[in-house]
Amino acid sequence: MKIKILILIIIYFISFFNFSYATNSEKVDKISKNLRCLICQGQSVYDSQSDFALSMKILIQNKIDEGKNDEQIYSFLKNKYGEWIVYDPEITKNTFLLWVLPLILFVFGAILIIRKVSIK
Amino acid sequence: MVKNVKLIAVIFIIILSFFILLKGLNKTNNYSPDLNSSKIDFNFKAKFLYSNKESTLYKLIDDKDFSIINIWASWCLPCREEHAYLLNLKSLNKFNIIGINYKDDEINAKKFIKELGNPYSKIVIDPTGVNSIELGAYGVPETLLINNKSKTILKKYIGPLDDEKFAEIKMIIENEN
Repeated sequence: MKIKILILIIIYFISFFNFSYATNSEKVDKISKNLRCLICQGQSVYDSQSDFALSMKILIQNKIDEGKNDEQIYSFLKNKYGEWIVYDPEITKNTFLLWVLPLILFVFGAILIIRKVSIK
Repeated sequence: MVKNVKLIAVIFIIILSFFILLKGLNKTNNYSPDLNSSKIDFNFKAKFLYSNKESTLYKLIDDKDFSIINIWASWCLPCREEHAYLLNLKSLNKFNIIGINYKDDEINAKKFIKELGNPYSKIVIDPTGVNSIELGAYGVPETLLINNKSKTILKKYIGPLDDEKFAEIKMIIENEN
């Protein structure tokens, strides 16, 4: 039994190891999914076939070939096009409420449930 | 009493969300690009349209005080409309006007210049559109007014030039001097 579990764990980690080697085009897909296509509202760069998005994908590919990591590519594009280009908003004064509100609601809900349970 | 408080709270929340929605509807959520961004990277290489040589943009802009970088393509109709303004800007003799030929067929691009005249001191090609993204561009036509000394973008125009923008460019360079 123990051996079976051990084997399963080993397989699990091997598969994990393999997945961490994403090919370049998968990397481009991953990054472009997180980028807003600025000239086609509501689409990501990954989804869009506009000239802007196509060029953007080539640019991302080039940056990866140059050995840049994800963070460097995002910050390069933020520098050119502003914060808006990434889907994941950073915590700033303006987005503070956006990040904190769900947390507050979650805690509030938890308090409600706990109170209801303890009353019963 | 407790019931009343609950009722008032519910009504209050409904009214509040109504006003939030109303306010949200009036606000345009469309992205408007930052037109005064001053960050620019001149260090990418690009090929010339009329020769096989390469140059960095940095080298192209250093003889006059101001430069205009115009991103255009022969397939772009608004570029055709704005071309007369570029020729007028050239006649002011105050800028290096650099054309970036965006995702274009070279033969068509040369035809376009032959037909409408050449306002550009240099034309580089951008077959993949990557160079334009390095400049922070969105598409064609787009025009950047650059101060050569400080290497900053003074103004960015998305879309074709018109009388208003032409006057503004003139005004900006007079103020800068």
